[in-house]
Amino acid sequence: MTIFAPTTAAEVLDTVRWAVSEEAPVEVVGHGTKRGIGRPSQTEHAIDLSRLTGVTLYEPEELVLSARAGTPLAEIEELLAGRGQQLAFEPMDYGRLFGTGPGRGTIGGALAANLSGPRRLKAGAARDHILGVAAVSGRGDAFRAGGRVVKNVTGYDLSKAMAGSWGTLAVVTDVTFKVLPAAETETTVLVRGLNDGDAAAAMALAMGSSAEVSSAAHLPEGVAARVAGGALGGDPATLLRVEGFGPSVAFRVDMLQGLLKNAGAIEIVAGETSRAIWRDIRDCAPFADGTMRPVWRVSMTPGSAAPFVFALRMEAGADAFYDWQGGLVWLRMEADPEAEAVRRLLKRFGGGHATLVRAEPQWLAAVPVFEPQPTALAALSRRFKEQFDPKGILNPGRMAADASSDRFAAS
Amino acid sequence: MSGLAMPKPDAGTLSRRAEIVADMRIIVPGEGVVDTVNGMRAFETDGLTAYRQLPLVVVLPETVGQVSRILKYCNERNIRVVPRGSGTSLSGGALPLEDAVLLVMSRFNRILEIDYSNRVVVAQPGVTNLGITHAVEQEGFYYAPDPSSQIACSIGGNVAENSGGVHCLKYGLTANNVLGIEMVLMDGAVVRLGGKHLDAEGYDLLGVMTGSEGLLGVVTEVTVRILKKPETARALLIGFPTSEQGGQCVADIIGAGIVPGGMEMMDRPAIRAAEDFVHAGYPLDVEALLIVELDGPGVEVDHLIGRVEAIAHANGSTTCRVSTSEQERLTFWAGRKAAFPAVGRISPDYYCMDGTIPRKELPRVLAGMRELSERYGLGVANVFHAGDGNLHPLILYDANVPGELDKAEAFGADILRLCVKVGGVLTGEHGVGVEKRDLMGEMFSEADLDQQMRVKCAFDPNHLLNPGKVFPQLRRCAELGRMHVHRGQLAFPDIPRF
Repeated sequence: MTIFAPTTAAEVLDTVRWAVSEEAPVEVVGHGTKRGIGRPSQTEHAIDLSRLTGVTLYEPEELVLSARAGTPLAEIEELLAGRGQQLAFEPMDYGRLFGTGPGRGTIGGALAANLSGPRRLKAGAARDHILGVAAVSGRGDAFRAGGRVVKNVTGYDLSKAMAGSWGTLAVVTDVTFKVLPAAETETTVLVRGLNDGDAAAAMALAMGSSAEVSSAAHLPEGVAARVAGGALGGDPATLLRVEGFGPSVAFRVDMLQGLLKNAGAIEIVAGETSRAIWRDIRDCAPFADGTMRPVWRVSMTPGSAAPFVFALRMEAGADAFYDWQGGLVWLRMEADPEAEAVRRLLKRFGGGHATLVRAEPQWLAAVPVFEPQPTALAALSRRFKEQFDPKGILNPGRMAADASSDRFAAS
Repeated sequence: MSGLAMPKPDAGTLSRRAEIVADMRIIVPGEGVVDTVNGMRAFETDGLTAYRQLPLVVVLPETVGQVSRILKYCNERNIRVVPRGSGTSLSGGALPLEDAVLLVMSRFNRILEIDYSNRVVVAQPGVTNLGITHAVEQEGFYYAPDPSSQIACSIGGNVAENSGGVHCLKYGLTANNVLGIEMVLMDGAVVRLGGKHLDAEGYDLLGVMTGSEGLLGVVTEVTVRILKKPETARALLIGFPTSEQGGQCVADIIGAGIVPGGMEMMDRPAIRAAEDFVHAGYPLDVEALLIVELDGPGVEVDHLIGRVEAIAHANGSTTCRVSTSEQERLTFWAGRKAAFPAVGRISPDYYCMDGTIPRKELPRVLAGMRELSERYGLGVANVFHAGDGNLHPLILYDANVPGELDKAEAFGADILRLCVKVGGVLTGEHGVGVEKRDLMGEMFSEADLDQQMRVKCAFDPNHLLNPGKVFPQLRRCAELGRMHVHRGQLAFPDIPRF
C-alpha cells in the first residue's frame, strides 16, 4: 500500500500516469471525511490530495476564488467571511454524521461530492457555482475546462461533470468557484406543532410567496430537540429562513407571520441560534448519534415527501426529517437499511433518488449505495466513465459496479 | 470564418435522398416532412444569417417515439442530423448541412404540467422561453432566464445553448434553472436526467447536456423551476465621464454585497444610437451609462437604491436618475433593449460578439477595441452585461461592400482573442456554434479539446449529431482512444509517499 501525497498538479499528473501504466487502481482522497460514502472500494494505493493546498486567486469584486483541490474548506470559508462573502451553496459537513469530527474536508471534496446545504432551494449546489477546473483524467491526461468568469458557455461544461463524480472521472487539481456576498442578517420563522403533511403545506405556501425564503425545513417531534443544543424543545418545528438586508428581512418575516398565522403557533429566532439551527440541519446533526445505524439521503419531489415517509413507516422503523421544503429527506433506520422498501416507495411517490449515506460496511457491500439507474442511462454513464477513465484506475467501483472494478476485485 | 469549412457532404447520403425522404414520411406521416426547395428555404439559416445552407430534408416530428425512430434510422445508416428549435442561435448552432436531416422540434409546443406547490413547469422543448412565463404569470410566477430572443427562442434551444439574459447574475443561467430533461440519444435511446427533485443522480449529465449545442442528444421534455415575481423593481440610470469610473462603480456595488437583478453598461456609440432611436432620455455627454435594476420587496429596493446612489456619487457619476414609476423604469430599459436594432439603423449591418472578461479588465479591453476599430476601419458599439462581465460588441459593417464581412469577422475574432488574453472566454451566452468554432484553440489546448471530444464519443460515437459545430476538427473516437502512458519511472521521484 502506497499513499502518494503530491504537492503540485505536476506531481498529480505524474502519479496518475504511473497508476495508468501499472494498471494500479488508486483511491483519490482529501481529508477522508466522506470516505464512508459509496460502494466499498478496494485499492492498493491512494492519492492523498491534502497537501495540494493554497488559494491561488481571490478577487472579491469579481466574485471569484481559485484554490488547489486539497485546500481546507474551513480555510476558504474563513477567508471569504473576512470579506463578507461566502460559498452560497453552503457545503454540508459530513464529519459529524460519521463521528470524525467537524470542520474538516477540502474544497475538492466539496465538488466531488456536489455538496450543498439548506440554501440549496435558492442558491443551488456546488455544481451551480463551479466555474472551472484543472484535472488529470484516468487516462493520465491533464486538462482544463471552464474558466474564471461567471458567465461562460464555451465548450462542454466538464467542470459540472466533476460535481458529484466522487473522484471516479479525474483527479481535480484546481477549482475556481463563484463566490457571493454573505447575507447581512438572517431570521428564522418557526411554526410549531405541525404534523408532516401540514408542515408540507405551510412550507409550500411560504416558498410560493414573495418572502424569498432561502431554506425550508421540518423537524418532526423528537427531532426538533436535537438541533441548536436543544434550544427549540421537542415539539415539531417547521422552519423558514429569511436572509438579506436588515429592513428587507424584517419586512419579509412580517409577511410570513401574516401568511402563516392560521397554521400554528409562531416563534421567531434570529442571530446565532438561527445560524446554529441551520448548521445542524445542514450537517444532519439529528442523526449524528455516534452509531452506524443506516442513514439515507433521499432527493425527491418536495410535495411527495410526507406521504412517502408515512408509507415507509407502515413497513419499517424510520426516523425522518425534511429539508429543502421536503425535497431532501433524511432517514435513519432502526437496523436494516430496508433498501427495497425505500426505493420501491420512492418510485411510487414521484421518483428521485436515495443514497445510503451511512451504514455498516456489510450493508454497503450488499446494497446499491447510489440509486440504480435505468438501463439506457446506466449504459450512458458507463460510457461516460470509460471516456475519462477506461482502465478504471480512479476510485474503481465507488459509484457503480463496472467491468473494471469487478476485474480489480477479482484480482 | 467566411471560408467556413463544414464537413464534406457524404455522397452516398446525397444519392439516397429520395429513399430517405420516403422513409421519413413513413416515420412522420402527414405534413411533417418538407423536401421542396421553397419549403426548406425557411430553415436554411438561423440567427447567424451570414450563413445559409439548404438541408437534405426537414423533418418536424410530433412524438418522442418519432424522434427516437428518426435518430435510430439515421444512426444505422450513417446519416447526419442537425437539431433545431426556433432557429434563433446567434452562433450558427442550427445551420443545416447539405447531407443532414434537419430535425425541427417546433411541434413539441405544449406545456405538460404546471405544479405550483413544487414550483416547477414541465414543458415540451418547442415551447418558447416567454411562453413558460405567460403560462404561470397569472399566479404571480415567472421563469427567470430571459435571453433577449425570449419571445421566439424555445426552451429546448435554451437547454442546448445554456442561455442567459440580463437577470442571470442574480437568478442564474439556464443550467441553474432546469431541474430535469428527457432526451433522445443518437442511437434512439430515451433517457431521463433529473426531474422535479433537485440533485441529479449519478454523473451530472444534465449539467453536461446544458450548453452542449445539440451535439449530444435531442431534448424532448424540460422541467424548469419557476420563481415568484419580485414584488417591486426599480432602476437607476447612471452616467460616468469614463468607462473606468463606470467599471469601478459596478465593482463597488458588488463589493458592498449588493447583487442587482440587472446591471447593464453601454458605451458612448451605443448610448447615442439607442437615444436617437427610442429617445429614452439618455445623457449624451457620458462615456459610460449604467442601468442598475434592484428587485424585491419595496423596503429592500428603497434601502438599496440609497446605497447604490451613494456608491455612484463616490465614483464621480455625472447623472444619476432613479425610476419613480414602472413606466419610467421601462423607459430606462427601452434604449438598452433596443440597442441592437438601434445600431442596425446607423449601420447597414452589424455583427454581434459575445465574450466574457473579468470585469476589472474592461478599460483595457475597451481601449484594445478602439485600437482594433481604427486598424480595421470599422466602428464598434458596446453593450455589456456589467455584473457578470459579458460583453456584446456590435461591429458595424456593410455586407454590400466587398470584403467588409471578412473584415468584420476578423475584427470580431481579434476581440475574442483579446477577451481570452485578459482571462476571459470566447462566449458568455451565445454559444460556439460555427461562428467561434475555429477560435476554440485560443482558449483550450489540444488535450482540453480532446477531453471534450471524448464526452461526445460517449453520447454519439459516430459524430452524426450536429457535426461541424463547436469543435474545429473532428477526430474519430477510436483515434482519441490512445493513452498517454509513460511506462516506467516517475518524473518526480520525490513525491511524498507513505
